[in-house]
Amino acid sequence: MFFKRTASEKLNDALLQRNMANLKSKFVDGRARAILEIEDWEEIRTHAAALRDRTLANLDAYLVEFERNAVRRGAQVHWAETAEDACRIAVEIARANGVRKVTKSKSMVSEEVNLNERLEEAGIPVVETDLGEYILQLAHEPPSHIVAPAIHKSKEQVADLFEQAHHRPRITEIPALTREAREALREHFLTADMGITGANFVIAETGTTLTVTNEGNADMVTTIPRIHCVITGVEKVIPTLEDFATLIRLLPRSAIGQTIANYLTLTTGIRGRGELDGPEQMHVILVDAGRTRFVGTDMQVMLRCIRCGACMNHCPVYQNIGGHAYGWVYPGPMGSVLTPVYVGIENAGDLPNAATFCGECQVVCPVKIPLPDLMRKLRERQFDAKQRPFGERAALNGWSFLARRPRLYAAFTRIASRMGAWMGGRDRLIHRLPGIDGWTKGRDMPAPAGKTFRELYRKRASASRPTSRGERAP
Amino acid sequence: MSARDNILGRIRKAQGRIGSEPTAAELEQVRSAIARHAVGPIPAIGRASDLVRQFEHECDRVGTTYAQAPSIEAVPAEVRRFLDANALEPRAVLWHELAGLGWNDAGVAIDDRPAAGSDRTSITTCFCAIAETGTLLLLSSPATPKATALLPETHICIASKSRLLPNMEAAFALLRAERGELPRSTWFVSGASRTADIEQTLVVGAHGPYRVHVILVP
Repeated sequence: MFFKRTASEKLNDALLQRNMANLKSKFVDGRARAILEIEDWEEIRTHAAALRDRTLANLDAYLVEFERNAVRRGAQVHWAETAEDACRIAVEIARANGVRKVTKSKSMVSEEVNLNERLEEAGIPVVETDLGEYILQLAHEPPSHIVAPAIHKSKEQVADLFEQAHHRPRITEIPALTREAREALREHFLTADMGITGANFVIAETGTTLTVTNEGNADMVTTIPRIHCVITGVEKVIPTLEDFATLIRLLPRSAIGQTIANYLTLTTGIRGRGELDGPEQMHVILVDAGRTRFVGTDMQVMLRCIRCGACMNHCPVYQNIGGHAYGWVYPGPMGSVLTPVYVGIENAGDLPNAATFCGECQVVCPVKIPLPDLMRKLRERQFDAKQRPFGERAALNGWSFLARRPRLYAAFTRIASRMGAWMGGRDRLIHRLPGIDGWTKGRDMPAPAGKTFRELYRKRASASRPTSRGERAP
Repeated sequence: MSARDNILGRIRKAQGRIGSEPTAAELEQVRSAIARHAVGPIPAIGRASDLVRQFEHECDRVGTTYAQAPSIEAVPAEVRRFLDANALEPRAVLWHELAGLGWNDAGVAIDDRPAAGSDRTSITTCFCAIAETGTLLLLSSPATPKATALLPETHICIASKSRLLPNMEAAFALLRAERGELPRSTWFVSGASRTADIEQTLVVGAHGPYRVHVILVP
């Protein structure tokens, strides 16, 4: 029950609560404004969902086609079944080439497989170059958001970290902090041997890997070091450049309300003859690590995800507790579906339940993933595997017994409704529900009216029965 | 069995196909689907009739500044004007194809080599520009090193109005027609390097240029 405990800690963390306020004003309002200028937003979403589905339906062939074109352009393609395999391959590439320093642009897959840790254990220093990730590397913390990893940190907290790391006087103005990071990181950009990036997509048609950034750090990382290593999931393949054009209309608008990200970088193969920059080697590590568990199941649609973060930005649960409470790299609704499948539902039992089922995540998802349905499917699996607490299972079994017996159900609700009305007393509010007092600890429950819906409906129906002249009574 | 065979085999089994390798027919099907290059819905901003106006409007939004020059020969004077207006040193590193212009007459000192970490201003061309989003498309090659567009604090880009396209789909079609294949790096620049990673407050000049300035020529 890790989630429940951390979630209540986060709710009581006043600083976090203040820092999380930016989420709504910047991301939620920003997206709402950005999609207004696209009159065929829904049409684009539908097209994008369909193209993702088509690709996933032939995932093996698209991956092989990507591999063929990437190899043709001089890249080496590696396949990793597990997180450990992915790290082992990256460490081997670094070792074989005598790499002494790695610069990295933001990659959630690398967070997922703990790549930095593994490289550092092998004696290879790693520098995160996305400003948010850099801050978190100094703080020794995981990201709390997939797009804005350091959203939980205030500028004062960043100032403390920079003062300690850069040995310079403490400053708190955001532009000055950004400048200081620029200066610290520029040196690393110019001296690293190996650049590691993720890939927002890989393109089958051209063997291209692709990064989307505002900072331009992925451009540095793929231009200056002599080795470029891409680590990405097997589900990221898309067929064509035109498909990218469609998806990029959705991604920055959904993520942060921007029309387009400042740098879209398509990397295809290695430095050509006569070129003065670009890597001499390019490696692409295609990672499974649980992804193929979705393939061919009723949850395959989750692999459409383009990692924009809109589902978490709009989630009332995420908005209040932040990403760390979810206990793994993917927070919010998308994490509540991915994590249980990637790490095993027995290790992430609370996550499919960390939702109010308000449905907002599905409404904002640019590729129309039915996230609430997927969480419901996971809840069903948990129930069937007896992984929920006894009380919850007993209650659901009891309800299921009643719900399948209409007469019994009617009788039960008749009694419960009258009892509820009686419990509500004069102010018609129930202050304490015996057995499930968690519900009434912080709020009162409005008491039922004393009659069930069926009773009221029957009464109304008989009152408004057509008269002999075919007219309805008022 | 290799990791590759296992992963592909798992996908195929889960989707009711046998073996660990797509069949020739399956690959052929995928390749012909790719070859159609189907274009998705393009919004009105990607179908503007006045491309220059749409481009400049989007440049305003992403913080790219712009000017027009009557001809390529007039570019050095326009560069000098921009550098003076921003109190920048009249010195720039540039892509070789631009080295032959009259920089001396405009009083701009040029370095015809790739940029290093200490260069302050660079001048490049672009493959094309995209009106929908105020975007520049640049391609790497021996004569167009990427570092030049990336490292200096100010990036000036010369774009031709005859190569101002309505949307990204048109840019990819032109790229296929003229080059056949993507170069090593194909990158789209829309405004200066920026970040909002501290308190979601926008700051320009994260790692790359603080300023992107476009000079449109006919």
